[in-house]
Amino acid sequence: MRRERVPIVVLVPAAIGAAFFILPLLGLIVRSPWGDAFTALTAPETVEALKLSLLASLSATAVGLVLGVPLAWMYARVEFPGRDWLRALTTLPMVLPPVVGGIALLLAFGRRGLFGSWLDSTFGITLPFTTAGVVMAETFVAMPFLILTVEAGLRSMDRRYEEAARALGASRWRVFTRVTLPLIGPSLFAGAVLCWARALGEFGATITFAGNFPGVTQTMPLAVYLLLETNQEASFILSLVLLLISLVVLVGLRDRWLGSA
Amino acid sequence: MSLEASIRLTLGPLNLEMALTIDEDEVVALLGPNGAGKTTLLRAIAGLVPFRSGHVTLDGKVLEDTATGQYVPTERRPIGFVFQDYLLFPHLSVLDNVAFGLRSRGTPRRAAADRAVQWLDRVGLKSYARAKPSELSGGQRQRVALARALAPDPRLLLLDEPLAALDVTTRAEVRRDLRHHLASFQGIRLLVTHDPLEAVALADRLIVMEAGHLVQTGTSAEVTERPRSQYVADLVGVNLLRGAADRGSVQLVGGTAVAAAGAESGDVFAVIHPRAVSIYRSRPEGSPRNVWPGRASNIELMGNRVRVRIEGEVPIVAEVTPAALKDLELVEGGEVWLSFKATDVMVYPA
Repeated sequence: MRRERVPIVVLVPAAIGAAFFILPLLGLIVRSPWGDAFTALTAPETVEALKLSLLASLSATAVGLVLGVPLAWMYARVEFPGRDWLRALTTLPMVLPPVVGGIALLLAFGRRGLFGSWLDSTFGITLPFTTAGVVMAETFVAMPFLILTVEAGLRSMDRRYEEAARALGASRWRVFTRVTLPLIGPSLFAGAVLCWARALGEFGATITFAGNFPGVTQTMPLAVYLLLETNQEASFILSLVLLLISLVVLVGLRDRWLGSA
Repeated sequence: MSLEASIRLTLGPLNLEMALTIDEDEVVALLGPNGAGKTTLLRAIAGLVPFRSGHVTLDGKVLEDTATGQYVPTERRPIGFVFQDYLLFPHLSVLDNVAFGLRSRGTPRRAAADRAVQWLDRVGLKSYARAKPSELSGGQRQRVALARALAPDPRLLLLDEPLAALDVTTRAEVRRDLRHHLASFQGIRLLVTHDPLEAVALADRLIVMEAGHLVQTGTSAEVTERPRSQYVADLVGVNLLRGAADRGSVQLVGGTAVAAAGAESGDVFAVIHPRAVSIYRSRPEGSPRNVWPGRASNIELMGNRVRVRIEGEVPIVAEVTPAALKDLELVEGGEVWLSFKATDVMVYPA
């Protein structure tokens, strides 16, 4: 088959656009002190930060699934007044500067916050500056990705499969778990991975709401930022680790979600 | 044991108002053109479409009644539903698809799998138990869909265009199998189709509906011999006229009188088979009582006959042999005379 030539007006900006992404990554790879990589990676602070990052981001994903899937279902299936407004509100963290999100969380759940003071006085629960606070901050920022992806999946699935299941005597719960969830499986998976990746890279909301305590709230991105001032080389290495994790996720997702042919 | 339904509903452009009773000893086909509301009626009986007023009663048990507010949800109705494009669950194996209804109704896993295998054996697909629906041919999917609907022992079997998704070659074979399975099913059977051949081949009784309303019901012989709507007349391929009969003549709405044998009177249908209509290039002499001029508007080859549609006072379709057509030197738009005998006009009350 004859291949069509790509117009030059497309090719040039496309190449510049690609270079814009590739060059910084190249810089990171070339300038990282590979000789010290092992030392930097096995340093106790690094291991702690990495562990905390994984724990918090996976927890945020779990919370996102438990709360986000029902919310997506409501958006996709139930007509209720104010639905569009509520959807816009729950999507807001995607565009909001994460620091602003962190401040909002403080004002709501901080010790003297709207609900925080009540939680504190009634149950003795304090959320900010704890690991739970990290999970909250990450969930706040990352869950919208999951909600939107799952909602799109629910909207595009053929609902007649659910009717077929009902006609076979399946209860609503059985229809949901045995038919709906498997059929939106790819969206569910993609949503969860996006949510997790976003949570893993979360910085602004976390440092604002949860602070930067090693072992408690200091996740990888926070550690990277801090190391930049004390030990640049180590921060390069940690950046590279984050980069690799993200890359693995994206490549893994490619077939399912990014639609490689 | 019977199904009784009386349903009124409005859905988009469709205004449906139908009442039907179906007994256990008959296979009933809902026949009608696309958009007549057949599928909607079937879905309403299954509880998948809400209706404005009416009721559905199965074996004397009320499934839904708008007067009393009773409503048994779809999943608790003893029904089996075969959907038009089958809707086999793509993520489940053929076996799990067939076992789905049994599992949903509480049969333990092992027993459900055993029963599903029996059903697959019955439809000749035992060796495909582990396959995914996407690996099956259209005809095989249809059989799995049937097995899936029948496995939980429903009282009422609903089939929506069961053969429409198949190509012509497999259709005949699957139709024969389906006929056999319908015959051996102990329960009430209602299928929807827009294909008269399918309806006649599968059903004992036809219910013809158009635009949400009942047009005609009866055995396939009754319906095809005495069409009561243009739709059925077109399906059967006969000319259908309507008018007032009086002493051997039928006065049509447009004013034309058609001579007809028989002693019917009042509002009647008159059917003239196209083969009984003769075509001439000039006004014919002789005995036929019904003679009028027209213009050939559409000439179509149907098997070894040629159908000529003649526009005139009353549009009539005539059927001639290709040889006769050649002798007439007839082309579309040509002026012709047509005639038919009074004894070839069948008249029955409207």
